[in-house]
Amino acid sequence: MDEFIFLINRVLISGTVLGSIYALGAIGVTLIFGILRFAHFAHGDMMTMGAFITFVLATLFSMMGIVTPIPTAILVMPLAMVATALIALGIDKGFYAPLRRQGVKPVTLLVASIGVTLMIQGLIRLLFGAGTRTLYGDGPKVIFRIDTAWMGGTRPITITEPQAIMIVLTVLLVLALHFFLTRSRLGKAMRAMADNADLAQISGINTAVVVRITWLIAGALACVAGTMLALDVALMPDLAFNIVLPIFAAAIVGGLGQVYGAIAGGFLIAFAETMSVFNWATILRPFKDMIPSWITIPDNLALVPTEYKLTVAFVILVITLLVRPTGIFKGAST
Amino acid sequence: MSAASESRWLDLDNPVKRGVILFVGIFVLVLAVGFVQGGANAGLLLSQALAYALIALGLNIQWGYGGLFNFAIMGLMMVGGTAVMLVSVPVNEAFWTGDGPMLLGRAFLAFLVGVALVMAARQVNRIGIRGGWRTAIIVLAWFIGYVIYRSQIDPAAAYIEANAGFVGGLGLNPILGWALGGVVAAVIAYIIGRICLGLRTDYLAIATIGISEILRALVKNMDWLTRGTQTVSPIPWPVPLPQDYQANGVSITDSFIYARFGFFALLVVIFAVIFYLVQRAYGGPWGRMMRAIRDNYVAAGSMGKNVTGRQLELFVLGSVLIGMGGAILVTFNQIFDPSSYQPINHTFVVWVMVIVGGAGNNWGALLGALLIYIVWIISDPLAQVIFVNLSNWSQSMGWGAIPEIDSRALQMRVFILGVIITIALRYAPKGLLPEVMRREK
Repeated sequence: MDEFIFLINRVLISGTVLGSIYALGAIGVTLIFGILRFAHFAHGDMMTMGAFITFVLATLFSMMGIVTPIPTAILVMPLAMVATALIALGIDKGFYAPLRRQGVKPVTLLVASIGVTLMIQGLIRLLFGAGTRTLYGDGPKVIFRIDTAWMGGTRPITITEPQAIMIVLTVLLVLALHFFLTRSRLGKAMRAMADNADLAQISGINTAVVVRITWLIAGALACVAGTMLALDVALMPDLAFNIVLPIFAAAIVGGLGQVYGAIAGGFLIAFAETMSVFNWATILRPFKDMIPSWITIPDNLALVPTEYKLTVAFVILVITLLVRPTGIFKGAST
Repeated sequence: MSAASESRWLDLDNPVKRGVILFVGIFVLVLAVGFVQGGANAGLLLSQALAYALIALGLNIQWGYGGLFNFAIMGLMMVGGTAVMLVSVPVNEAFWTGDGPMLLGRAFLAFLVGVALVMAARQVNRIGIRGGWRTAIIVLAWFIGYVIYRSQIDPAAAYIEANAGFVGGLGLNPILGWALGGVVAAVIAYIIGRICLGLRTDYLAIATIGISEILRALVKNMDWLTRGTQTVSPIPWPVPLPQDYQANGVSITDSFIYARFGFFALLVVIFAVIFYLVQRAYGGPWGRMMRAIRDNYVAAGSMGKNVTGRQLELFVLGSVLIGMGGAILVTFNQIFDPSSYQPINHTFVVWVMVIVGGAGNNWGALLGALLIYIVWIISDPLAQVIFVNLSNWSQSMGWGAIPEIDSRALQMRVFILGVIITIALRYAPKGLLPEVMRREK
């Protein structure tokens, strides 16, 4: 039974946390693609920026001597979300909107977003140095242990407090986004514009407002995803640079422009990653007696070595592009 | 001289005059760097900048001629670097006398078996298996092939790492290694191109970034082949090293100048030959066809041009230059350190070079490479000076000094690169030396 609990700890829980992060990031990417038709490469750095804003606010709070039952980082996150959303809006106004007015090709916007990536990354390193920080204050992470004696386990299912909060938060945010997109006027306008921008415009939808809302939502979600990632791993300037690839993979696998596809893609990629680096030998060991004696279970039966975790997302991406370029949910292909 | 003729002399719309003025500007900049930082540093700067110019030329072939997105520059440079390292580093006796070659041979056989399995699985439609079953069999074949290969390569890698460190080199001339770097990069680019070139531009961008990261993960972690994070050095030069000059009684300062400018001279020869060839190809029917495909691939296709095939050709050709440039840089730096490769320092900086210089214009690529590389290098000491002054000022104001000035100043150049690319896109989208459109009158 312990092996099964090990599987839950290592695959189910970390996969869900990673999936939440990927999903929130991919929603932003896919929204921006749906509305503005370009691959926003700076999204990963917007996540890092959000995490650093949370860090600054949390440090300010603890300097003021405010002690809270939940981690300060989570408490100040709404403020950080607002700040990141506003900065995202500013980035659009300053860098992308002028290019859009010139009527450049989407490729140029992609290159411009790389320029933004470099600027954000340079600024963050300039201000905070290249070192690693923790977002979790001084104390160790609170760990919830779920006793598993009732199902015959000796080791508990463990989940850290930030992980639990993150999963709940992701569910809430996704639900909120769902109701916004399906019930509110603005959300419907967004979907209409993603479907056909010209048609939306002649139907009287204010596309400028839609663009603004898109950046606000994408920025706020990027802040949450970045903070989560920083809580789960550690806070460093190149935090999200490596994660931008799985996020794009998730958005493309789910179908670019499809919000639900991005969520599905995020979890798909996350579980594929955690499952392929999981050492399956631990699961097989209890069944040793059932396996013929001429097969010996090797010590390490992971599908890919941990160093190549990033490769998994990419292989899934390539297969999707080759087999079903529109993604699972039939996103924009041309 | 009358005012009219003078204004004509400063006519910046004339591409030749514009180019000459800008290159004179670069020359003055290099002289200034040499004057401030010394001749040895100027030699270093020029050699590295020229190697980057070769890479920028490669990207210009892909992006400028063909409009192909390639963000795999870092990966291709690493491949080129690995190739030159394996060719030029001395032979590792411990590897060749042990069981290593035999184990590797078996791993290679296993690889061939895997390839054969997949190839065979793709042919099952000939015996009447179609649709979903065929897909399932192909997937199964991939999986079995992968397991067979892993079962052989893992012990081989562990054995080599334990007994010999890594496979070692061949001890041949580095110039041979540069050529091989180009060839290996071409092979990789062919594979990438076959998979990805049918994709839309932004998908292609993401896909190539992914491939670049995979190549980095492979080179960094295949310790048996590349020594991974342990790095390989020293890597021999094709021209005399500073130490050789010192052995002949040249002073240390002069020896560095002689050696680096010797290397630079060799690079200039190689670059000039390649540049001439590329420029000739660009001006000829081949270049016209490529521009036609870039500007309107539908029309080009309807004229009977094989669009995908030609794009693959461009992609491979550009990657040869990128691989060679990566190999030259490794030789020049005398160290192969897989963990020193970063997307910013190796992929994006080359993109900025081509965009600022002028996509589609080879002279522009050269100019952009020299200019951006100089800016990239001197922005570190400049930022340092600014930071030290700021720090002194904040200290005098009683706010305390700025910590970690060195590492922060180093990051300044990333920010500057971002600013440059943004400004260039907005105010000079065609670059400093725009592509020259020759119209028949």
